[in-house]
Amino acid sequence: MVFEYAPAPESAAIVDIRPSYGLFVGGEFTDGHGEPFKTVNPADESPLAEIACADAADVDRAVAAARAAFDTVWGPMPGAERAKYLYRIARIVQERSRELAVLESIDNGKPIRESRDVDVPLVAAHFFYYAGWADKLGHAGFGPDPRPVGVAGQVIPWNFPLLMLAWKIAPALACGNTVVLKPAETTPLTALLFAEICRQAELPPGVVNIVTGAGATGQALVEHPGIDKVAFTGSTEVGRQIARSVAGTSKRLTLELGGKAANIVYADAPLDQAVEGIVNGIFFNQGHVCCAGSRLLVQESAADELLERLKARMATLRVGDPLDKNTDVGAINSAAQLARIRELADAGEAEGAERWSPACELPGEGYWFAPTVFTGVAQSHRIAREEIFGPVLSVLTFRTPDEAVTKANNTPYGLSAGIWTEKGSLILWTAERLRAGVVWANTFNKFDPASPFGGYKESGFGREGGRHGLEAYLDA
Amino acid sequence: MPKQQPKPHAKEPVRLPVRKTYKLFIGGAFPRSESGRTYQVNDADGTFLANAAKASRKDARDAVAAARKAFGGWSGRTPYNRGQILYRIAEMLEGRHAQFTAELRATGLPKSAASAEVDAAIDRWVWYAGWADKLAAVLGSANPVAGPFFNFSTPEPTGVVAVIAPDSPLLGLVSVVAPVIVSGNTAVVVAAPSAPLPAVTLAEVLATSDLPAGVVNILTGDRAELAPWLASHMDVNAIDLAGAGGGDVAALEEAAAGNLKRVLRPGDGDWTGDPGTARMTAFLETKTVWHPVGV
Repeated sequence: MVFEYAPAPESAAIVDIRPSYGLFVGGEFTDGHGEPFKTVNPADESPLAEIACADAADVDRAVAAARAAFDTVWGPMPGAERAKYLYRIARIVQERSRELAVLESIDNGKPIRESRDVDVPLVAAHFFYYAGWADKLGHAGFGPDPRPVGVAGQVIPWNFPLLMLAWKIAPALACGNTVVLKPAETTPLTALLFAEICRQAELPPGVVNIVTGAGATGQALVEHPGIDKVAFTGSTEVGRQIARSVAGTSKRLTLELGGKAANIVYADAPLDQAVEGIVNGIFFNQGHVCCAGSRLLVQESAADELLERLKARMATLRVGDPLDKNTDVGAINSAAQLARIRELADAGEAEGAERWSPACELPGEGYWFAPTVFTGVAQSHRIAREEIFGPVLSVLTFRTPDEAVTKANNTPYGLSAGIWTEKGSLILWTAERLRAGVVWANTFNKFDPASPFGGYKESGFGREGGRHGLEAYLDA
Repeated sequence: MPKQQPKPHAKEPVRLPVRKTYKLFIGGAFPRSESGRTYQVNDADGTFLANAAKASRKDARDAVAAARKAFGGWSGRTPYNRGQILYRIAEMLEGRHAQFTAELRATGLPKSAASAEVDAAIDRWVWYAGWADKLAAVLGSANPVAGPFFNFSTPEPTGVVAVIAPDSPLLGLVSVVAPVIVSGNTAVVVAAPSAPLPAVTLAEVLATSDLPAGVVNILTGDRAELAPWLASHMDVNAIDLAGAGGGDVAALEEAAAGNLKRVLRPGDGDWTGDPGTARMTAFLETKTVWHPVGV
């Protein structure tokens, strides 16, 4: 049975994208002194706006504004008052949720269904959650009167622009810190809309500062001597550089980096549910997810049946206009990322794995990559070892639970993992042995502000979310 | 101890004490350094005490391999069992009280201070032993997520931890080793170069306390020579820089970034205060598991 879909576009009229944007420093939008850059709509390559680029002096101004706000306003403020600002922000995010979702989909390329139903609701929830901690920090297990760290420099990626902003800013502010945040250069728009939300909330100037730019701006921020804490989400390679740059300083550091998660399907798993979890695990957000289930480990006796059902399910995925409410897989965020995905997928073929994609018509303009699965993958293949960060699944098989765990842990990463089986004891046995910070059993890619998130090994250190997420921002 | 030379006696033959060879402790065995090197350890007066093994890069790598091999078994023990074994170590420490006191006196401490430090070290060890089966209750949580899921977080050991032990030869040493292993990590310890003999004696305690081979490995030698190899070793998950010299910290941290080791920076060097939980939490990961709730 074939379903026909009429176009169901979400209206872009709700967003008002200005021709150019400045930096948000000390509560004001100001000029940047680096070379301005354009952010483009990855679905059609059209330029959206010109964005100011912060140079070292601009970063310096932002850090000074954050320091002044920390010393004079935000640091001394009672937690109960900080909480009310964060509650205000959460409410405004909810009020302007459709606008934020549409803007996120336009700038990032992710389907509106995800920005509307996942990203933005989680953003509001995150601010709500940490708002409630602001006046209860003495009960969090970090001593009776834990103090803030000071000024936090935060650098976030392009895959969940607003959600990563919330993960960074909400706990930092709840604990009494002020922040300078650098969004990714390909997705700055929702962060700048968030700056307006801070103004609507009458957040004191300098508590949140947003500096836009590329790698050099981020480097100037993390190397700035005036910050007390660095929080970074992004690639393991950049994470290593940041760890080196804070070596020998007194700066605190948390890193949430790459992943190559194993999604383990035992033969007794409910296969249709597992297929939904596998699809969600690797094709959610075009696979631009650090915790994506990019290595499917399926028990040999179930492999043929599972792959048959998986391919049938993949054939129903709708790839296209991010603003169409029926779209499952949106646009790849940038030309550079598309090139990386293509290069790795080609390497998969060259190394001998078998490539398959459903028949899938891709738009002529923009950055697109069809959902892809590789079978016959060996652990030594690049597509089994390197983070692809795209809609590409590598399938390996195993015979025994021991083999599954050994293969799952055979990676320098350790961010997440999945387990599919009806047998409770096997879930717990497997979960105990997986060296990964988040384990989804009979589900995948679930997130919640109350749930700690973060990696083992080279996926970084520190946790975001839950009581654990406070530790990074408290001088405990 | 070599200082206790018996006085010559006219009729009885002189009995010469049997000295101990101070060696490394790797994988539950006491090898010499593969390099064949030793260095002279003197007491506070400059009198010869022993030739301690001077560990090499190869010894450090062997110790990491032993620690990695031991990790699965040790971290898989029940917390109760780890607590039992750590308490057993305290019992063995108590039995060697006089020996440790003598070794500390040789470093220049008066007898009462040496004895008090041994007391404190044993008590410190007992304190950490009791944490084994309480960490998960204090640091873990059931998380109230907004959906039909059971979601819980538990602390887990980070893996192989390199420990650059501080100069405090016994209290400092136990204060850095116990918090690493109580949660299930395994350790490669570089002992204080100036006073390595209590560390070797501690190794003898560990070897006779049902602690599985390789859980703690102790190297004596040149800290500045050994620490960089451990900081850059790709199969070491974390490093405690307690004893690293001020000038070396930046370089060691930089080397540790190669595989994103967890780094515990040096503290104030006071080992007498309430230790708190920080030295344990520095080498713990948080694992969060989700499962749907339904019929």
